[in-house]
Amino acid sequence: MREQLQAIEKDALEKIANANDTKTLQDIKVTYLGKKGSLTSVLRGMGKLSKEERPVVGELANQVREKITTTLEEKGEKLEQIALEKQLEKEAIDVTLPGRPVKIGGPHLLTKVIEEIEDLFIGMGFEVRGGPEVETDFYNFESLNLPKNHPARDMQDTFFISNELLMRTQTSPVQARTMREYGGNKPVKMISPGKVYRRDTDDATHSHQFTQIEGLYVDKHVRMSDLKGILDTFAKKMYGEDREIRLRPSFFPFTEPSVEMDISCKVCHGDGCSVCKGSGWIEILGAGMVHPNVLSMAGYNPEVYSGFAFGMGPERIAMLKYGINDIRQFYTNDIRFLKQYHNA
Amino acid sequence: MLVSLNWLKNYVNIGSISPEELAEKITKSGIEVDGIEYVAEKSENVVVGYIRSCEKHPNADKLNLCQVDVGEETLQIICGAPNVAQGQKVAVAKPGAVLPGDFKIKKVKLRGVESNGMICSLQELGIEEKYVPKDVAEGIFVFPEAVTVGEPVEPILNLNDAILEFDLTPNRADCLSMLGVAYEVAAILDQPVKLPNPKPAMVEEDAHQFISVEVEAPEWNPYYGAFIIRNVTINPSPLWMRNYLIAAGIRPINNVVDITNYVLLEYGQPLHAFDYDKLDSDKIVVRRAKEEEAIVTLDEQERTLSNEHLVITNGKEPIALAGVMGGLNTEVTEGTTNVLLEAAFFAGNAVRNAVKSTGLRSESSTRFEKGIDPNRVKLAGLRACELLEQYADATILKHVVEFDELDQTEKQVEMDTTEINKRLGTELETKQIVDILHRLQFAFEQHDDQITVSVPTRRGDITIFEDMLEEVARIYGYDQLPYTLPVGASQAGALTNKQAMIRKVKSLLEGAGLMESRTYTLISDNAVSKLISPEIKEGQFVPIELKLPMSEDHKYLRQSLLPELLRVISHNQARNQIDLAYYELGSVFLTKERELTKQPDERLRLAGAISGKWMDHPWQQDNKTVDFYVLKGIVEKLFDYLDVSVSFNQAKIADMHPGRTAELKLGDKRIGFIGQVHPSLQKQWDLKETYVFDINMDEVFYAYTPSLTYKTIPKYPSIVRDIAFVLDKDVLAGEVKKTIAEAGAPLVKQVDVFDVYQGEHMEAGKKSVAYSLVYQDPEKTLTDEEIQASFEKIIEDVTQKYQAYIRS
Ligand SMILES: [Zn+2]
Repeated sequence: MREQLQAIEKDALEKIANANDTKTLQDIKVTYLGKKGSLTSVLRGMGKLSKEERPVVGELANQVREKITTTLEEKGEKLEQIALEKQLEKEAIDVTLPGRPVKIGGPHLLTKVIEEIEDLFIGMGFEVRGGPEVETDFYNFESLNLPKNHPARDMQDTFFISNELLMRTQTSPVQARTMREYGGNKPVKMISPGKVYRRDTDDATHSHQFTQIEGLYVDKHVRMSDLKGILDTFAKKMYGEDREIRLRPSFFPFTEPSVEMDISCKVCHGDGCSVCKGSGWIEILGAGMVHPNVLSMAGYNPEVYSGFAFGMGPERIAMLKYGINDIRQFYTNDIRFLKQYHNA
Repeated sequence: MLVSLNWLKNYVNIGSISPEELAEKITKSGIEVDGIEYVAEKSENVVVGYIRSCEKHPNADKLNLCQVDVGEETLQIICGAPNVAQGQKVAVAKPGAVLPGDFKIKKVKLRGVESNGMICSLQELGIEEKYVPKDVAEGIFVFPEAVTVGEPVEPILNLNDAILEFDLTPNRADCLSMLGVAYEVAAILDQPVKLPNPKPAMVEEDAHQFISVEVEAPEWNPYYGAFIIRNVTINPSPLWMRNYLIAAGIRPINNVVDITNYVLLEYGQPLHAFDYDKLDSDKIVVRRAKEEEAIVTLDEQERTLSNEHLVITNGKEPIALAGVMGGLNTEVTEGTTNVLLEAAFFAGNAVRNAVKSTGLRSESSTRFEKGIDPNRVKLAGLRACELLEQYADATILKHVVEFDELDQTEKQVEMDTTEINKRLGTELETKQIVDILHRLQFAFEQHDDQITVSVPTRRGDITIFEDMLEEVARIYGYDQLPYTLPVGASQAGALTNKQAMIRKVKSLLEGAGLMESRTYTLISDNAVSKLISPEIKEGQFVPIELKLPMSEDHKYLRQSLLPELLRVISHNQARNQIDLAYYELGSVFLTKERELTKQPDERLRLAGAISGKWMDHPWQQDNKTVDFYVLKGIVEKLFDYLDVSVSFNQAKIADMHPGRTAELKLGDKRIGFIGQVHPSLQKQWDLKETYVFDINMDEVFYAYTPSLTYKTIPKYPSIVRDIAFVLDKDVLAGEVKKTIAEAGAPLVKQVDVFDVYQGEHMEAGKKSVAYSLVYQDPEKTLTDEEIQASFEKIIEDVTQKYQAYIRS
């Protein structure tokens, strides 16, 4: 019987090894391990064995059964694996075909520039404030030391709606409004970005509508050197640590002393080129110490408070930064233009 | 202002500094030098020549064969100019010379005869055509006065001059004169100023015998000086003066005109010469013009005047519009012999009124408008007399006949070292400040740290301490100021809730596929009434119109962002950019006043527009053209994101597709709309099928509360049940949804449409809408019985309300 069992095992394992599909394995299982299988029929003859032999042969029979079962399982897994791989091979796709597009928009280039500047000044403790685009003559001009008939007030430049109302020509009225709101006794530290309007014919360098960002800092003991420090910090963060700044005296009715700020040309680093018109410097913003008339008109005592103000044009900044040569591009909103600055 | 450096050198020693370096220093001290022009780029080897002989070219009628003495040699030169003649002194470019335009002069043969150089015109030497005096504009230039043969012409014709172009800020009117520029440059270079000291010789005869001066409007004319000048000989002015005028951008005319222009530029004082013999009276009366009074000005235009104009009269009629232009009736001409020279101070606003109404802006009017130096008025007159005497053989009568109420006192400004340092952030010593005042040539009194400055009248821009602060800072050098950061209490900066919300909205829309646009606030008559949100339309707001628009396209303030946004769509589609999605945030302007007396309401609105394909993935046939639901999905997502709930209600809105438009409501408030642009407007504005939305963001902001508290995530499972109703096809799915939500409350947390069917398996006029319902109880797991009870109530409500039945 022992020989019989060994023969069954040998025979079964050989068949399993030769099997190539799960159906054959199933047949093998039935042939050897099924109710009418060869192993079962051998075991039926156990009764003829002696008491001593019975457990020994039983043990052997179990081992044979075990061996055949695990071999069958292993072979089965192996065949499944092969079948799966065959199946997956058939599912192959062309990975070079284009993917399903995802629609993504983006901010306008001017918004990028404005938000970048806002974030820089927020980081330096400034708040961002807005104000009306239709302004009164008082806030747009008079409160900024530009009384009626002031020579620097070129009426031709202003879109008037009535004698007293106009499209603001600058965002500085927001400063005057903020100072008044603050009541003359607490520090003001703000920037005001927004749209402004001038009576210009639109061409490559002029736009009747454009944007401005103006800033104001009023407190006790604000010095001109503080203005220099803040502008330097701003310029280096905005344009790069390697850029130099230069302040030149200038004139604005609402500041005294007044300042024009240049940064060193990034193209030629000061040697002069066509971008900087040969000077090595590029004009970037106007600034100055707040004129005492502006302070007192807004309720701040110029003997106690001093401050500085500055203003810049995001269009100009963007044009210089990205080499844009026509200001109208910002307002045409050609999709090919706007998309160019996705990753700017 | 064009500043000739050769001219400037008469008043201040600029040493060996190059024009570029000087320009840089001036710019850094406060006057922007916009550019440097050289009169001639190059004029080497051009010398004075004497034409010994001039004969016809043997082989060419129009050419002349000249023997020209150029000093060490005599050159044979062929010249085609008709005005060439023996005995002239001319400018000769010798072989080897290079003229402007890189024109190289070589020995050549012309019709078989050798020519060794060229006799030049001023134009060929580099003088701009428009500045060349008319008397020498044709042909070669002939020296009008004594010059030495063989000498280089460069200095004689001022060809070696560099001209700095000053871009003056309105406060620096002092630099509209060479003397003012001299003071500025002297301060920058720390040099003294040499001033002319005019002392015309005057004859004994008294001018008062010939003229009297009355001023009836002293507030506009506090000083009027009249000089009587006799026996003027009109001639070309001297070469040096012509050179300087050309350098300053003024074409020389004749000695009298040139001298008034020269003094205008030198002193910054406009002068006017009248032909005394045409005066037709012996008095000057300055007064405001009468209404409708007329004058024919030098440009032969008749000007109608008003009380806002100041005129010079002969006691009877106007002979000049003060500070702007003389009258034709008293014009100085070739035949003039006796001149009345006016040196006056006219108030800026009087001249400004005249400039505004006549459009005549000149070198003179500009200076009056910006303010002249009261201490130079008479001096300039004397300077002109001196020059007329010298260069026009004139006789100057004794005394200036004048009216004088002019305030010539110098303003006093107090300053002290401590305050200066406190304001600038510097540590200047008093002696440094004193040194700066010396350089500026400002008189002052000093007691320790206290300095009282007497501001010269030429610097009318300096009136207060801060003005002096700027003077000190700019001469000290802005680049010398330290860099500091403010010492005050520092606060944290942050965006306001609204600004933060706006940024969130923008990034959501951009992530959802929309590109931000920035369009114009000012729009056309045709656009201003279009696509206005119904709640605004019903408000009867009046479009706000500009008084003086620049164009018809930008005339009204917008009440909607959409017309401009659609212009963007149409612009792009015309350029074959078809598939578009834009949004814009901006203000609209609302008023009910016909004549605006107060500021309009400015409301922040958000608008969007989409057109073309939304999704284009052809090889998988996965394409989607924009429709109502694409845009609605974005708007729904936006409100979902802000946690603000709005409803969409079918609506008919002007300029919108009547069946594909909804109004947006926030609670009971209408806040905007969404839908397809009306096909006829699409056609009119060249748009492909386009969907738009427009929302009042101020209202959205009021309803928006940023989530700050934690909401527990439900512990118990939710259960989903589906149900489909057969409805009349006109029943709105959203209405039914509302009914389901109400009937199912509070256990039904969410109701969504997942299928809509209309077609062959459905009876006519009916549709099936399937909803999926999410049941949830935060406190426990729901039982089947509870859900069943709720479900039955929903079925009952819907079937009754809409005559619906359940689709099986
Ligand atoms: Zn450069």
